[in-house]
Amino acid sequence: MTALLEVSGLARQFRVRRGAWPFGRSATLHAVDGVSFEIEAGRTLGLVGESGCGKSTTARLVLGLTQASRGEVRIGGEKLPPTGSAPWRAMRQRMQMVYQDPLSALDRRVRVGRQVMEPLAIHGIGASGERREKAVAMMEAVGLAPHHFERFPHELSGGQRQRIVLARALIVDPQLLVCDEPISALDVSIQAQVVNLLLDLQARLGLAYLFISHDLRMVRQVSHEVAVMYLGRIVEQGDPDQLFATPAHPYTRALVSAIPVPNRGARRRLVLAGEPPNPVDRPAGCAFHPRCPFAVARCRAEIPELRTLADGRRAACHLVEELPQSWAA
Amino acid sequence: MRAEPPAGSIERSAVARFFVAWPPLTLVALAWIALMIIVAAGADVLAPYPFTKLDLRARLSPPVFMGGTWPHPLGSDELGRDVLSRLIMSIRLSLLIAFFGTLIAATVGTAMGFVAAHFRGKVEAVILVLIDFQASMPFLIIALAVLAFFGNNLVLLVVLMGLNSWERYARIARGLTLSANEQGYASAVRQLGASNFRVYGLHVLPNIASTLIVSMTITFPETILLESGLSFLGLGVQPPLSSLGNMVGYGREYLTRAPWIMLCPAFVIVVSTLSISIVGDWLRDRLDPTLQ
Repeated sequence: MTALLEVSGLARQFRVRRGAWPFGRSATLHAVDGVSFEIEAGRTLGLVGESGCGKSTTARLVLGLTQASRGEVRIGGEKLPPTGSAPWRAMRQRMQMVYQDPLSALDRRVRVGRQVMEPLAIHGIGASGERREKAVAMMEAVGLAPHHFERFPHELSGGQRQRIVLARALIVDPQLLVCDEPISALDVSIQAQVVNLLLDLQARLGLAYLFISHDLRMVRQVSHEVAVMYLGRIVEQGDPDQLFATPAHPYTRALVSAIPVPNRGARRRLVLAGEPPNPVDRPAGCAFHPRCPFAVARCRAEIPELRTLADGRRAACHLVEELPQSWAA
Repeated sequence: MRAEPPAGSIERSAVARFFVAWPPLTLVALAWIALMIIVAAGADVLAPYPFTKLDLRARLSPPVFMGGTWPHPLGSDELGRDVLSRLIMSIRLSLLIAFFGTLIAATVGTAMGFVAAHFRGKVEAVILVLIDFQASMPFLIIALAVLAFFGNNLVLLVVLMGLNSWERYARIARGLTLSANEQGYASAVRQLGASNFRVYGLHVLPNIASTLIVSMTITFPETILLESGLSFLGLGVQPPLSSLGNMVGYGREYLTRAPWIMLCPAFVIVVSTLSISIVGDWLRDRLDPTLQ
């Protein structure tokens, strides 16, 4: 069976200029550099990583909002049409996006009910009376009352706005929802509500999610599979419980050891030195080696491939099998 | 339990609330604009005399408030033509020129701004060069050149007025559209599969309309003043037609003997432009739903 979403070798480069205009030389920034994954219907892939590691660019590439430099995206076996073309616009019915900041994703001059109806008008679904009924039903499905229909976005709370964005995305019955940090702009109490809503909708509608976040515990809670990104590449991918319990890649270990736990003394922390390198000058070999406490000469020379380990997960590290297990969670 | 407030205070607060929403100065300005529109629309009915009718026995007769007589309430000019009648016809013509001029500028400018922001790259560069060119040339000189070469007619004059300030709308529309496209509602709607027409027509335009309308209220008085300036120089509206600027221009010869010929249209110009600016200021606050 083919997966709902197949991404293979996806890459995106940006031309940038280093230094002030007339003097700087032009350079290439590899925002995403050869990412492959699959998502099956009704499943969730969590994508985690530091800021600037290419998570959001991956989301935009998957949706075709940014053109890929290399690689391809297939939805249900069909290749993603060129951005902005009529088939691409029709494809929007099958894949939708949930944004980090719901207030900026909504038109503040239009009543939210009309915005929920808008995808139906865009794709010519139903008569105008039915659209209204359907929009009200969808707003109820995401936990909003009918009287919210006539409100403006700024009159709603953050959680309610995110529900409006969700209702707008779901009204065309998509198969895939790309959630780009859907909860990081919300209060902690609202975060739980929205995550529960997402899980509930997945169970009811069989949605597939690409869930992007830097909140590892949230990702562990919602995902069926987790991929960890570092500087535009996936460094480890696998079952969330296994990946968070016994992280294989040194970078994942550092991320996992940064999750706050109640009993501090029980565990050693792996604290990373320095900032992630600028993606314009990517270190040779393994991109993580300057910050890796285990790096050896080979890591500086050779780029590690993402390979399947004995326990079924995948990691991109030369030394996975040789690393000490003692301090890992 | 709360005590019922006395009836008088409710009434006062209702009045107070009314004046917060409609400040007195704005009401005066709106009333003046309404008066100007009525005068322009009903010019033929309101004017007591045909505006070219000569009354040589009543030449340079002063207006009522300067000791004149009621047959010519605002006095008459050097040929005995009724100043009030001429003023009414001038208001009609000046408003017409300024209105269509502003409309042309706003339409052309906004469209250019959208085109630049949508296509980016070379198209944007060309439009930006045009904008800079327009902004760096003194428009009065261009207008003089065009009118001198192509002769003078009303349509050409209106089109020229329209070309006067398009670059401002283009800049505003381009900047706001770029920021809307980059992140936020426009890209969200585009992501839903909306066509360009829907994105720009139904989402971007209503969102930037308040800024555009306010800048229209700034350019509208400028257009009146520009037309007045050109007519004053004798290159705008040609006699026997008369506009506000043209009246000021021909009235200056009699400034010492009959100042009312020039003062009446000058007063209308000042009060009209001021009113429109005040209303524009007020509109800026009214048109933003998040400020209410």
